[in-house]
Amino acid sequence: MMMETRFYGSGLAKLTMGSELPGNLIVVEGADGVGRSTHIELLQGWLEGQGFAVSSTGLVRSALTRRGIELAKEGHSFDRTTMALFYATDLADRVEHEIIPALRSGFVVLADRYIYTTIARGATRGLDREWLAKLYGFALIPRRVFFLRLDPDELIRRTLRRGGELDYWEAGRDIGLAPDLYSSFRKYQSLMLEEFDRMTAQYGFTPIDASRSVEEVQAELRREVANLLDPTLLTPVADVADD
Amino acid sequence: MAIHDPHSFPGRLIVVEGIDGSGKSTQLSLLQTFLVSEGYDVSFTEWNSSPIVKDTTKRGKKKNLFSPTTFSLIHATDFADRHERSILPPLQAGLIVLADRYAYTAFARDAARGCDPAWIRNMYDFATRPDLSLYFKVDIDTAVARITGGRIQLKFHEAGMDLGLSPDPITSFRVFQNRVLEEYNRVADEFGLTVLDGGRSVVEQQREMRKLVKPILKGLRRTHAPRTAPASATLHATGTR
Repeated sequence: MMMETRFYGSGLAKLTMGSELPGNLIVVEGADGVGRSTHIELLQGWLEGQGFAVSSTGLVRSALTRRGIELAKEGHSFDRTTMALFYATDLADRVEHEIIPALRSGFVVLADRYIYTTIARGATRGLDREWLAKLYGFALIPRRVFFLRLDPDELIRRTLRRGGELDYWEAGRDIGLAPDLYSSFRKYQSLMLEEFDRMTAQYGFTPIDASRSVEEVQAELRREVANLLDPTLLTPVADVADD
Repeated sequence: MAIHDPHSFPGRLIVVEGIDGSGKSTQLSLLQTFLVSEGYDVSFTEWNSSPIVKDTTKRGKKKNLFSPTTFSLIHATDFADRHERSILPPLQAGLIVLADRYAYTAFARDAARGCDPAWIRNMYDFATRPDLSLYFKVDIDTAVARITGGRIQLKFHEAGMDLGLSPDPITSFRVFQNRVLEEYNRVADEFGLTVLDGGRSVVEQQREMRKLVKPILKGLRRTHAPRTAPASATLHATGTR
């Protein structure tokens, strides 16, 4: 049930912690439109129904940096190094002020993306992967990282058939990959996928095939989470399709 | 990487380092006036001044939201933005860039706050290596005398008040800046900073500074011929920041 207190590098300055934390940090990674937030909501509801205390956190939600990052993105005035460091500040703030306190109180923390998205964004923009990995030396190693994997073509169809638009940043428009939005989006998401596939081996992600129905994907996630937290949770998993 | 290797831009990068009250800003400002009067194109940048990061730093300081880690990260973010906008372009265009504090400030201060030195150095790996880095070395007593004599009050983070070293700002400043000094000495050795005695008079320091700067300006284009007015006429102390 507990998770080990381990960091990717030297950890957080001036923070003393025991070797184990009573909670569990579970990360869900994947592109926008792949269903991350849907699955996190479903997992949260399910776990809370089982009596777990659950909190969720997402990228760029820190009290410290949220406004600053939004403003800078509006102005499209970010260089890649500045962007990587700003995101790292956001993450460090949330690790210290949200994630670790919740884990200390025994919560299951569901993180809607973590350091990996920002590492991938930096790497696709030409930043050195080792530099990025060292930068995140303060990050707590999660108990498990689920990677919702989806082919970029399917991702585009999914986004558009819901009436959505292809996002400027998610299309990597800032790096001039292609003259039009569609081609840029497709190219950028393919590059991001390559980074994630690379990191799947490096960081030991659990890849989840996100091309299936919400029910199927959720059932697999619940099986995995139950294995981590408490195998007796598996009993209701069979009924997930009736939810 | 960048911070260890000489750059190949046509411009020159000169940085000053030292604890608060070391006199570095006064000296840099005098140097700027001198270089301009000598006909050089000069651009100036200072620590912690990026427009996109400023609000975040301000809010974080006001509400005391920073930990040593996020304090270090936000300053690196600020530096990265200024490096991209205010340091690289003038260097590429062949100007003299004067920087009041550089990555070495982070190496000294953030380590004094407890951050891992290797982690901090990695963060600033992209920084262009200066052509000249001047470290104004002073003892704590001199620094405290200058700050309390000329300025209103010690700033919260400058005094390391966030670390809970002492409830008294002056005591806290002494303890914290002593740590910073130790780190600076280490950094000066490691990165080959030129050490200047910051305890001497303003004029003595400025003369030595100009002597050190002269050789690195060789071959640099001037916009106009040096003005005839004696440069010493501009030797008056300016406010520190």
